[in-house]
Amino acid sequence: MKNTALTSTHEALGAKMVPFAGFNMPVQYEGVNSEHETVRNAVGVFDVSHMGEFLIEGETALNLIQKVTSNDASKLTIGKAQYSCLPNETGGIVDDLIVYKIKEHTYLLVVNASNIEKDWNWISSKNDVGATMRNLSDDYSLLAIQGPKAVEAMQSLSSHDLSAINFYNFIVGDFAGIEHVIISATGYTGSGGFEIYCKNSEVKQIWDNVFKAGANYGIKPIGLAARDTLRLEMGYCLYGNDIDDTTSPIEAGLSWITKFTKNFTNSEALKAEKERGTERKLVAFKLDERGIPRQGYDIVDGNGNIIGNVTSGTMSPSLGIGIGLGYVPKVFATVDSKINIQIRKKAIPATVVKLPFYKG
Amino acid sequence: MNIPSELKYTKDHEWVKLEGDVATIGITDFAQSELGDIVYVEVETVDETLAADEVFGTVEAVKTVSDLFLPLSGEITEFNESLEDEPEKVNSDPYGDGWMIKVKCSDLSEAENLMSANDYKALIGA
Repeated sequence: MKNTALTSTHEALGAKMVPFAGFNMPVQYEGVNSEHETVRNAVGVFDVSHMGEFLIEGETALNLIQKVTSNDASKLTIGKAQYSCLPNETGGIVDDLIVYKIKEHTYLLVVNASNIEKDWNWISSKNDVGATMRNLSDDYSLLAIQGPKAVEAMQSLSSHDLSAINFYNFIVGDFAGIEHVIISATGYTGSGGFEIYCKNSEVKQIWDNVFKAGANYGIKPIGLAARDTLRLEMGYCLYGNDIDDTTSPIEAGLSWITKFTKNFTNSEALKAEKERGTERKLVAFKLDERGIPRQGYDIVDGNGNIIGNVTSGTMSPSLGIGIGLGYVPKVFATVDSKINIQIRKKAIPATVVKLPFYKG
Repeated sequence: MNIPSELKYTKDHEWVKLEGDVATIGITDFAQSELGDIVYVEVETVDETLAADEVFGTVEAVKTVSDLFLPLSGEITEFNESLEDEPEKVNSDPYGDGWMIKVKCSDLSEAENLMSANDYKALIGA
């Protein structure tokens, strides 16, 4: 099992450590509910250094990225990032990712930890255009500093105006005494803030300075458990739960990152699928009664027939109700549709709702 | 780790307080700390008579669902309904306000199979 550069720091803080995607990761420090609340109301810091980073360079870098990703990376200008996915050839998704345009002919791809090897092999297999690929995953760390107070709390650490970095934009600049850090206004929580990419050798200094700078803002370390409840309240897909090798980006509600302005892997089939409409859709639902939906639970109709399955579910810490995502046939996919979640022996009524569950 | 000496314990990390033939049952301090924030306690077996080791309910933390096993055979006479709105009491006061059920025991000799505080302490390595 791999450690991040901060594993001993987490252990010293008393974190509960768990294996996740081959890494020894902090799942919680003082408790998932209080950590969740810290990010919603103040500022929290996640070590998400397990994520993978690939650098794609050269005159043909964009050609390769356009071939393998669903979003249109030609729209990116330097300093902008884009959410995207890697479609496979059979209608599913290899992974979801973020594409950064670092400079002309240089792009950074940030992928899920569990898929680093799969993605690397997949993109390599499509690289018949001669782009230079470098896997930086083992050398780079990633901190997510998230919450409504993140900008104010972190401003003293950089000479750049952090409030001027718009959502899904980034700069390469000084941060916490380190030069050439990527400061990216992205995240997986819906509460604003930054993601900081730096070298492993630099991350401890950054972590320590971030906590000093945030001390008066109630800053706390946040584990993976709260990362999951935070992203689920926003309805952000998690690879391996809500999307995988068998789910199409169209049925997963990712049409907005599937652009038919260009050709890419399986684009013709996906375009046809979009035009004819999918048979099932990923929907967000909240329980009408007490209970907690969980991944793998059946979704049933009023007669008890199984119509789908829950892909993610939790008790929403912000709302205090059971919420989830799951695939259902199109006829049950419109907002306000009534479905039921089979929880042990009972079918608990639920209502299809619009995302996000939580509006900050 | 709080392990009151006057209570009895099970390997499933439940505690039992016997008063006559009525047992009050909950989960231990160790169990609640392992589970983390408890967000739901479901007991739908009130008025049912179950055998020892049968499932009488479930306790859900943010990431886990765990069955609750009945330590002693008998009729479940009461569920701590305050846990429906405040399941966090199981975290904050597992041996007090966080109690879960009361059982009218049908075979008190089963209590001999329960663990003492010292045995339980050894089990969890506390």
